[in-house]
Formats: sequence, C-alpha cells, structure tokens
Amino acid sequence: MEEKRIDHMKYLPDMEIIDSTMLEDVLQYHDAFRNEDFTAKNVKSALAKTHLEPQDFMALLSTAALPFLEEMAQKAHTITRRHFGNSINLFTPIYFANYCENYCIYCGFNSHNKIHRAKLSDAELRQECTNIAKTGLEEVLMLTGESRHMSDVAYIGNAIKIAREYFRIVGVEIYPVNVDEYKYLHECGADYVTVFQETYNSDKYETLHLAGHKRIFPYRFYSQERAILGGMRGVGFAALLGLDDYQKDAVATGMHAWLMQKKYPHAEISLSCPRLRPIINNDKINPKDVHEKQLVQIICAYRLFMPYASIVVSSRESPYFRNNIIKIAATKISAGVCTGIGGHIIEDEQKGDEQFEISDTRSFDEIYAAVKSEHLQPVTSEYIYL
Amino acid sequence: MLTINGKKVVADGITLNNYLTQAGYQKERVAVELNGSIIPHSAYEQTRLTDNDKIEIVQFVGGG
Amino acid sequence: METNDTFVLGGHEFSSRFILGSGKYNVDLIKAAVEQAGAEIITMALRRVEAGQKDNILDYIPKGITLLPNTSSARTAEEAIRIAHLSRELGCGDFIKIEVMRDTKYLLPDNAETIKATEQLAKEGFIVLPYMYPDLYAARSLRDAGAAAIMPLASPIGTNKGLSTRDFIQILIDEIDLPVIIDAGIGRPSQACEAMEMGASAIMANTALATSGNIPLMAKAFRQAIEAGRAAYLSGLGRVRETASASDPLTGFLGD
Repeated sequence: MEEKRIDHMKYLPDMEIIDSTMLEDVLQYHDAFRNEDFTAKNVKSALAKTHLEPQDFMALLSTAALPFLEEMAQKAHTITRRHFGNSINLFTPIYFANYCENYCIYCGFNSHNKIHRAKLSDAELRQECTNIAKTGLEEVLMLTGESRHMSDVAYIGNAIKIAREYFRIVGVEIYPVNVDEYKYLHECGADYVTVFQETYNSDKYETLHLAGHKRIFPYRFYSQERAILGGMRGVGFAALLGLDDYQKDAVATGMHAWLMQKKYPHAEISLSCPRLRPIINNDKINPKDVHEKQLVQIICAYRLFMPYASIVVSSRESPYFRNNIIKIAATKISAGVCTGIGGHIIEDEQKGDEQFEISDTRSFDEIYAAVKSEHLQPVTSEYIYL
Repeated sequence: MLTINGKKVVADGITLNNYLTQAGYQKERVAVELNGSIIPHSAYEQTRLTDNDKIEIVQFVGGG
Repeated sequence: METNDTFVLGGHEFSSRFILGSGKYNVDLIKAAVEQAGAEIITMALRRVEAGQKDNILDYIPKGITLLPNTSSARTAEEAIRIAHLSRELGCGDFIKIEVMRDTKYLLPDNAETIKATEQLAKEGFIVLPYMYPDLYAARSLRDAGAAAIMPLASPIGTNKGLSTRDFIQILIDEIDLPVIIDAGIGRPSQACEAMEMGASAIMANTALATSGNIPLMAKAFRQAIEAGRAAYLSGLGRVRETASASDPLTGFLGD
C-alpha cells in the first residue's frame, strides 16, 4: 500500500507552535559544517581553550581531530572529574508500552513491524517497579512507543505517578507533546524529558520517517523547549548516529543543547550518544561510519564543549566500551536493561517485543561493581525533593 | 524666593533666560531642571521663574 | 593588528578599545591624554554649576570624540534616569553610562537599580552602558533590558587594585553576547592587557591615569597594553598543556 507522505515541515493541527528561532539557528550550524575546512591547527587551538566556541566544537568533531583523540580524552577526563567528581549516575529504562503509530524504517517498534505489542496495566507496572526498585535503583526513564492513541498523556501521567512511588527520579522518553501536557507530566512527577531528533538533516529525516506524528520535523525539534516551558527540570538530546552524516548530526545535537542552555540557563542538559544497532526483522542496517573511535571523539567533543552536560551512554554499547568511556567523559549509564515490555516482571519472559538488541546485559549489581572497580562512585540519586 | 542649586535666590518674576544671562552662565553648556522637569533650551525665554521654584543648573565636569 | 577589528556600541563603530575617564585631573591635560590614549570615547559627569563658572570641559575635548556621560551621584534608578535626561538635553548624543551607587564607603554599583534604569533608558532610545558588579544573573537581566554593553568592575572604583573579579568577569565574557567593557579598578597597563587577553571588548580607565606622575605618558602606556592584549586575544593564546600522562592512555582500549 502506497502511503501518502505528508509535508514533514508542516505542523499538524493539534501541534503547538512556540515562538522560537532555535531550529533555524541549529540548522545553520548543521549546514555550515564542512569536515574538510578543519585542520590540525584548528584542533590544537580548540584544545588550548578553556571555553570553546561553536567553531572549536566543530573542529573537534572533524576528521582532523582524530590524531588528537588521546589528548581530547585526557582533557575530557580532567574536565569531567572537575565538574562531576567521581560520580557515575546509574538508572534503568522502563519500557511500559510499545504501541507505535509512526513508520520509522530503522526502528523495531515501527508500526509496520510485526512484533508483539503491549502496554502494562497498573498492576504489571507496579510489579515491574517493585522488581527494579529491589535492586537498589532510584532513577528510571519511562519509555513508550510513540502512540498518542494507545498510550495517551493520561496513561503516561498515571504511569509516572506509579513510578514515583518507587523511585526518586523519573524521566520520560515519549512522543513529543505540547507545553501544557509537559506541565501535566511534570506535575505527575516527571523531571526530565529526552527526545532524540534522530537526524538533523530534514531531507534525510523525511525519508526515514514515512508516517505518523513523528514525521513532523519541527514539532519534534522543539520538544525540549516546550518541556522546559512546561516546567521540566532537564532535557536530553541526541541524534541516532549513523542515520546520516554523523559529524553534522553531532554538530547539530551539540548546538541544539548549547543554545538551549544559553536560552534557559537553569535547564539541566543531557546528551545521549546512540549509534544504530541491529534490530529485529531488519539485518540490513548496520552502523555506517561511527566506529568506537568516532564515538569516543564525539563524546569527548561534547564534553569539551559542554563541561556541565550529563553524558549518557546506553546499553547499546558493550560492557568493555562503557567501562572505559566512564573513565573519560560519560557520567550516566543504564544498568539492568531490558528494552522489551514488562521484561522485569518474570525473568526471561516479556509481554511485548524489544525495541533493539542491547549489548550490555549486565545487571545493576554487576555494573555497580564495575563502576566501583574503576575507582568511581556509582550514584543512584543525587536530588533531595522538597 | 526660589532655590537654585540648593541655594536661596531672589529671582521671582524674571525669565529663565534673563536669569541665566544675568548670572553669567554659558547657556549652551548647561541643562536646567525646573521642579523636576527639564526645560529645553528653546523654552528658556518663555519660562518665568516664580516663588518656591526649585531649579537645578548642571553642566558636564570631569568624571569616570 | 587586524585592520577590520572594530568595536561596535549601539550601532556606532570604534577602532579604539580604550575608554578614557576625565575625572580627577586638570582639563588642560585632557587633549594630550586623549591623543596619547588614541581614545574615541571619553566619559564625564554631570554636576551643578555655579554662576560665572567659565571652564567647561566640553571646550577641552577634541572634536570627533564620542561623549559618554555617566550618572554618578545617582542613588536610585529614578535619579539615574533624571541625570540621563539632563545629559541628553546638553546635546551630546544618546550614550549614557549608568552608575547607581548607594554605598559611599565602597562605591559599589547597585545592580538591581541599575537594571531598572537600563530598562527604562533603553526603551527611550539611549545607548545604555551599565556599570555593574560582575554577577551573571544581573548581566543577563541587563542584556534583556536592552543594554548596549556591560561594564563590570575589576575592583572597587578608584582602588587601582586590578582584576580582583577576574574569574567572574571571565564568566561574563564567555556567557554574555554583548561587549564587556572592564570598568573601575584597573590600575596598571599590565592589568588592562590581561583583561583584553581574556576577551574583554574594551577597557575604561580613569584613576590609574589621574594618579600617575605623567598622565599623557600613562595614557599611551594603556593604549599600547590594550592593543597588545587585543592582538593576543585575536591571535589565540598559546597552549598551556595539562600534565601529560602518556603512560596511562585513556583511548588505549580502542582497536585500530
């Protein structure tokens, strides 16, 4: 069946438009980046500074910076320890629904993929929360597939309220919503909103997101800003590296976060660094350019550009990689992860299929011990709620 | 009696322009505030001083 | 020096980054000081004038110099606004340096009142340059209020103590997208040079010159120091390396 592809730059009627020029500003940097423009000289100059400008950040993301990777890592390490001490935050995602109405050709949850769909009932969610809380985790990231129809804001708000009975910090990674809806979810107890833009190349974005609300590029882009306007404490950014030119996408992700921090200095900024991983029913997609070396480069560039930002490295990466990246710049990692629905209720059984295969399957205890063995301090929560 | 730059002065009834001339001010170099409102240079001739007026006459001096 | 390195304030372009104060010294020396400083902007204050007083500072300032009246002696936003209006009445342009001080011992600026005055005067079309205590939140409020630049103090005014507030000024330079003019407390050319190396847009100095033994010569020394600091900033300072630890590489885990 040929679907009619709607204009991906045009807001749908129910989508709130906020007064902001950030999209144009970020895309300008995205489009201006030319890898070949940067030389070793630019990289050295960037490494000499204590306060990086966008041009320096771009230099560090260029291929010219690769020979300086060790120096970048040393500096990133120093800055990370200066800002975060020895703390490494641990959290786990709770996938509580995988219904999706989008058609993103790279994603296991996409609506055309024949997988087991499910959403947790209150009782099931409580069981999931109980089992996770038992391990000692205090922070969770609540995730759904993107279906406003099957998992509406009231359902998500209710899930947040339940999760807050078990955990001190609750973040959400759900479909983009309007300011008043973010405000409601915040009132339910969520503090953080993560939205992956996937790629900042809008032409490429159009070809990957064939249908659904997610197809609307600017509405997704302004999610973080709406979340902050709705009173959320922090926002997370990411491009799915490997979907398009990873250097340009890393430039845009960094600039998006940087400009948000500039505009909303009180907002907590978090960056995720996902690479494409193999998914069920589609073996053709493989990471393109983003090998571990490039990933380290991107993470170091993020750190040097934004010393204050939390950097999250997901279980898509191997235990070996994660053990090492926390020594350099990552400050937050997930632990005891299952990306299926209800994966924590009964061992080896889940209600709905997973979004992607994970690489680091270690339990919370194993990761806790691994972090400690690197002489770092695993932290499960550092907030006091008043 | 009126107050000019904090001092009591008898100048009731005359115009601001005449007062400034008689007192020896460089008119183009001063600004005048009458009872809290600035009097533009163009209005000096029409402005008549009356009893209890408070006048500030200022000019630029060295400053950092 | 790069030929196109200009400094813009409220739409006006300047090539000099040295704003000269005119206080505490004889008007006869102003011309020589301006010339030796290469200054294009000079500050002045507004005071009551006594009848018959002949010497007027405006007669001693060379043509083509931009006048920057300050609001010194103001203790509230309202007084600063009043002084700004009087200054404008003197026909010397739309520039105004806001100074609101409510402490006669330390003469520190009151940021809250300064923000109020800035907002009002910017609305009225003044080019507002607020003198401020280097506080990030106040600087953001001043930016939002429409300031054309911010003028954080290096040290209490008149003390010649140099960059006591160095780290905080650096934050303002890094975070505020407005020219940052270092005002007050700069006592030596080397301190002016350091501030320019840090990325300051310009330096305002008065007491350092006024209390020196030779005002025009000190003006020249400041000009050279400011130019040197600016050139160093533009060329990018050389690297100060963190301690190397090649024996324990952090990226050794990556395969080739």
